[in-house]
Amino acid sequence: MSVFFYLAAFIMVTRIAKTFKFSPLRPKWKPMFSTAQLAIALAYPFSEIAGDGISSIIAGGILLYLVYFGLREQDFKPFKPYLEAHYPLIGVAFVYGLTKLILPKFVSEYEEYSLIPIVAAFIYVLGRWAASKKQMEQINIFSQRNAELDRLVAERTAELTNQKEELQATLEQLQATQQQLIQSEKLASLGELTAGIAHEIQNPLNFVNNFSEVSMELIDEMKEELEKGDKEEATAIANDLKDNLSKIIHHGRRADGIVKGMLQHSRASSNVKEPTDINKLADEYFRLAYHGLRAKDKSFNAELETHFGDQLPTVNIVPQDVGRVLLNLFNNAFYAVHQKQKDNSEGYKPTVTVSTIAKDKQVFITVRDNGNGIPEEVKDKIMQPFFTTKPTGEGTGLGLSLSYDIIVKGHNGKIDVKSEENSYTEFTISIPG
Amino acid sequence: MKILVVDDEADVQPLFLQRFRKEIKNHEFEFDFALSGEEALDYMKEKHSEIVLILSDINMPGMSGLELLLRIRHDYEVPPPVVMMITAYGDDENRNQAMSSGANDFLTKPLDFNLLKEKLKELEH
Repeated sequence: MSVFFYLAAFIMVTRIAKTFKFSPLRPKWKPMFSTAQLAIALAYPFSEIAGDGISSIIAGGILLYLVYFGLREQDFKPFKPYLEAHYPLIGVAFVYGLTKLILPKFVSEYEEYSLIPIVAAFIYVLGRWAASKKQMEQINIFSQRNAELDRLVAERTAELTNQKEELQATLEQLQATQQQLIQSEKLASLGELTAGIAHEIQNPLNFVNNFSEVSMELIDEMKEELEKGDKEEATAIANDLKDNLSKIIHHGRRADGIVKGMLQHSRASSNVKEPTDINKLADEYFRLAYHGLRAKDKSFNAELETHFGDQLPTVNIVPQDVGRVLLNLFNNAFYAVHQKQKDNSEGYKPTVTVSTIAKDKQVFITVRDNGNGIPEEVKDKIMQPFFTTKPTGEGTGLGLSLSYDIIVKGHNGKIDVKSEENSYTEFTISIPG
Repeated sequence: MKILVVDDEADVQPLFLQRFRKEIKNHEFEFDFALSGEEALDYMKEKHSEIVLILSDINMPGMSGLELLLRIRHDYEVPPPVVMMITAYGDDENRNQAMSSGANDFLTKPLDFNLLKEKLKELEH
C-alpha cells in the first residue's frame, strides 16, 4: 500500500519541477528536484524490504519533510495549497503504517477498507492539484502580463528620460538666449540713448568752450581797464571771471556725469545698491530719452513736465537698473504721444509728465503720458516677455518685463499701470525707501 | 538794436552778455532773454515793435524753436523781425526745414560768436 505515498511524493516533486521548466528559478532547483526524484524512486524498493508498515511510515516522513521544506521556501509559495493538500495523505500514511506494525492482523483483515482512506487522500491531493493548476495558469497569465507591462514601463521610462534630457538641454539654451536678449535689450536702449547722450554732452561742452574763450577775452579787457586805472571795472570783470570758471566746472561735471551714466548703463549690472537721488536720476533719463527721440525723428516734439517732490529721501537702489526702467517708461510714453500726434495733430498737445513723491516710507515715481492709452484687452499682457504692440523690429517686447523684474524682484517694489484708451497711460513705480 | 535770445539753457544769458560786453556798453546791442518758446511769445506780445532780431534754439522742451518761428511768422507780418535759428543738429534736413519755415539764417552749435557778431553788424547797416 505504501506505493501510493511514494507515488504522491514523486508526483509532487515532478509536478513542481515541471512548472519550473520555464522559470528563471529552474537552474537553482533543477538538481534538487532530480535528486529528490531519484531518492524517492530508490527509497520505495528499499523500504519495502522492511515491510509495508515501516515503508508507509518512511513515505509519510518523506512527504512531511517535502511539505515542510516547500512551505519554508519562498520560491514555492504559489504551491502552498497544493503542498498543504498532502496533510491528510501524510496522516493516513502514519496511521496506516503504525496500525500495520501494531495490529498487522487487524489490517490484513480489513485490507480492502484501509484502501479507502488512502485512495481518498490521494484523490484529494490530485483534486487540489487540478484546482491549483488552474490558479497557477492564471497566475502565469498575470505574470506574463506583468512582464509585458514592466517592459512597456521601462520603454516609456527610457523615452521620458530622453525627453527630459532634451528638454533640459533646450532649457539651458533658452536661458543662454535669454541672457543674450537681456544684453541686447540693454544695448538697444543704449543705441536709442546715443543721440540723446551726444546732445546732452554737446551742450555742456559748448558752455565749457564758450566760457573759456570769453574768459580769455575778459582777461585782456581786465588788463586794459587796469592800465586805464579803472579799478572798479576791473573788479567787476574779475567777478565775472570767477563766475565763468565756476560755470566751466559746473558744465564739465555735467558732461562727466552723463558719460559716467552712459557707462553705467551699458555695463553689466553690478547689483550694488547705493543711496540715490531719485529726482536727479529721473531728470537725467527724462532728458536723455527725449533728446534721443528728437534726434531720431525731428517731427517729434513733446511737452516735458516734471513735478519733483522736495524733501525726497535718497533711496537704496541699483541706479543703472532703475535708470533702465525709467528710460524704458519714458521711451514708451514718448512713443505713445508721438503715435497720437501722427494721428491727429490738430489741437493735440503731446505731454509727458514725471512726478516723484515720498509717502508711507515709500518713494513713488509716476510717468504719465496723454497718448493713446493701453487697450483693455492687452493690459494683462504688457508685462509678459516678448509682448509688444510695436511693429516687428521696433520693439523687443522685453522692456516692461525686464522693468518688472528689476523693480519687483530686484527692489521689492511695485509697478502699477493705469490707463484709459485714447486718454492717458500712467505707470507708477513704488520702491521702499 | 534789440535782440531776443530764446534758449532753455539759462547759462546762455551770461555768455551772451559777456561776449557782447563791449557792444552792450557802447549801446550797439541790447539783449533780452526767454527760456522757452512760450515765454518768447509772451515777450513779443508786449515788445514786438522793439525787437529787431530773434535768436532761437530749436531743441527746447515744449514749444520748439521751429514752432515759435511759425507762430512769429504767422502773428507778426509787419514789420517782420529777423529770426535766426540755432541748433545742435546742423544737418541739411534741419536747415531746410528752418529756412522753409521762414528763418532768415541758420546757425549751428557750438555758436561761432565772431561769425554771429559779423552777421549782426551787417544787419545794423
